Amino acid sequence: MKTTVFLAAAAAVGLFASMAQAGTLDDVKARGVLNCGVNTGLVGFGAPDANGNWTGFDVDFCRAVAAAVLGDPTKVKFTPTTGETRFTALASGEIDMLARNSTWTYKRENDLKLTFVAVNYYDGQGFMVPKSLGVNSAKELDGATICVQTGTTTELNLADYFKQHNMKYTPISIKDSAEGKQQFLAGACDAYTTDASGLAALRATFEKPHDYVILPEIISKEPLAPVVRKGDDQWASIVRWVVYALIEAEELGVTSKNLDEMAKGTSNPELNRLLGTEDNLGGMLGLDKDWAKRAIAAHGNYGEIFEANIGASTPIGLARGLNAQWNKGGLMYAMPFH
Amino acid sequence: MSQAPEAFCRSEMLPPREPPLSQRGAWKWLHENMFSSIPSGAISVLGTGLVIWLVVQLYPWFAHSVWTANSLNECRAIITKTWGEGADGACWAVIHERWNQYLYGFYPSDAYWRPDLAFLLMLVSLLPVLFARFRKLIWFSAIFPAIGYWLIWGGSFWVIPAILAGFAVGGLAYRLTARLSAAVGLAAAALVAVLWWLFLAAPAIGLLDSVAPLKLEFVESRNLGGFLLSFIIGFCAITFSLPLGILLSLGRRSDLPIIKTSCVLFIEFIRGVPLITLLFTASFLLAYFLPPGTTFDLVLRVVIMVTFFAAAYIAEVIRGGLAAIPRGQFEASDSLGLTYWQAQRLIVMPQALKISIPGIVGVFIGLFKDTTLVIFVALLDPLKGITDAVRGNASWNGIYWEPYIFSGTIFFVFCFGMSRYAMYLERKLKTDHH
Repeated sequence: MKTTVFLAAAAAVGLFASMAQAGTLDDVKARGVLNCGVNTGLVGFGAPDANGNWTGFDVDFCRAVAAAVLGDPTKVKFTPTTGETRFTALASGEIDMLARNSTWTYKRENDLKLTFVAVNYYDGQGFMVPKSLGVNSAKELDGATICVQTGTTTELNLADYFKQHNMKYTPISIKDSAEGKQQFLAGACDAYTTDASGLAALRATFEKPHDYVILPEIISKEPLAPVVRKGDDQWASIVRWVVYALIEAEELGVTSKNLDEMAKGTSNPELNRLLGTEDNLGGMLGLDKDWAKRAIAAHGNYGEIFEANIGASTPIGLARGLNAQWNKGGLMYAMPFH
Repeated sequence: MSQAPEAFCRSEMLPPREPPLSQRGAWKWLHENMFSSIPSGAISVLGTGLVIWLVVQLYPWFAHSVWTANSLNECRAIITKTWGEGADGACWAVIHERWNQYLYGFYPSDAYWRPDLAFLLMLVSLLPVLFARFRKLIWFSAIFPAIGYWLIWGGSFWVIPAILAGFAVGGLAYRLTARLSAAVGLAAAALVAVLWWLFLAAPAIGLLDSVAPLKLEFVESRNLGGFLLSFIIGFCAITFSLPLGILLSLGRRSDLPIIKTSCVLFIEFIRGVPLITLLFTASFLLAYFLPPGTTFDLVLRVVIMVTFFAAAYIAEVIRGGLAAIPRGQFEASDSLGLTYWQAQRLIVMPQALKISIPGIVGVFIGLFKDTTLVIFVALLDPLKGITDAVRGNASWNGIYWEPYIFSGTIFFVFCFGMSRYAMYLERKLKTDHH
């Protein structure tokens, strides 16, 4: 008797689980709020301000999706996640999407049953050294002590790179970037390694940032992408095409300022399709015609989001680099809106 | 008889003289405490040197403190402007600006009075527990958890009577069935209370709501953070782990094999596993097993796990106390004709708990500090969770010592308070006169 009850309960759980995973879009619409997983605090990418309002590069993608799906960029509930909790929060249904500077890798996609929708930031691991060290290239770091965060892909990449170039190094393990900064500034290590965006963000906090240089070598590929659960293709498409819509908008010159103007109709049919003045692309996603227009209205196109949070005018001051549009020497390439 | 030689005999008392220089005042103190031997003298010199060095090193940093600024760079600019190039100083402005976040996390700012009131009421509810002269208020301590829950999470006011009614019907069931046996009575009471909470409480709340709606805005657990979160977890775990620990320690000494085995298994399992593992279990495994959308609150799950963890340790501390009680005490209570529970309540526990006070308080202090571990399940604890969030803003990125010193100070104040109270209690309960 007890076994029967248990089995029935287990079956019910399974049923609920599959039901909930089948229609994330319907769940979000019914709830009226998008549950978005973000970082507990990463400069430029996502952090709450003194009033508890979240801002940042990844955060703006959550808001764009909320604007496209629910019509209101403020209808997002942000769930702070750590490196350990992020994918579980997604798999368990606690969040609908994850925008937390997560690297798209083979194992994560296939072993953890996740779908990485589209790269929104191309990062890569680099090195920072004090200018006084007189080093101009990572290949001159033979025998150096290097501060590296434990339990990350960073550690592995570092080992691979030094092995590949037949060089030796002494790793100094650190827990997070705040501790790394203390160690590095105290001279405990010759070089500090992490993702290039992280290096720039860290250097911006130094009292004398100009005494330190970021070496030109990028030793790994870190494509960061928003993530959804595997098995709900419609929802994955929605998040993916929201990202593409923001990238496409930049390519086509649509900004939050000229959006209303453009939406009245232009001579460019692709632009008209994107903004819903021609055709009904939104209908195919289960959304309405104006979905992309609302997503762009939230915080502007990809370039505007980049500049506002991590671009040259911010303290982090990242150059577009790989994240420029494909026709400007970068890798940002939205699939065509046909 | 010749006259006694006067020269050898004093006729009046000498006035008392001051002790020699090495036997009084500062010299005596220094001689006895700092330089009683060569090693002691060496250590004294080294120690004093270290203290002076630390003060000299740290004083400028504290003296150059900045209390109002909007960013770390602004802080640095102010320090450079006031104290000259190269000066180093503390930037407490970050605490000033994020004060509310450190205290309440993301709790809605127009409702800060609710946790404030809950904190005050918590202090009131602690009075009768901590000091005998407030014993009359003990009824308030009994109902405070329900009031505190309502104040912090909000929702319908009728939650309070609904929770308390569970205990009432449980007590009634015990009255009615205890004549059969105490164990049956307890089981019936637990069963009735759980049935009430599971099935009847919600409709009762709904009914009362429709008659007299009395609501506070609902606040989600995700919005709790900072010291509010630490206090909720710490208070709940301390309150619930003590009774649970007592039961477990008694269970472990029980003659009934099933009770004994289950208590031993529980204690050994929980003690054998790190707290972080238990927190991960609460956060992940339960999330996989429960259907998505089930709102089995994360904070509640964490509180339960921390309570279990503390209870296992408390059980062992109290078992130590029980082991120290002479066998004669148990036999004496048997010969008086007391039942098992009467003997525990009147004879055994008062002695065992008294012996265990230092151990119990040690567990509580550890537990309170362990509440910061909830960062691992992405709850925003005051030490790292909130600090990470603060550092995540470009204006405060790069701040390091100030948030740690601030959180550390607050934790120290409360832990030191607990420790002093334990010493007071020990002195008060001291009945042997050695």
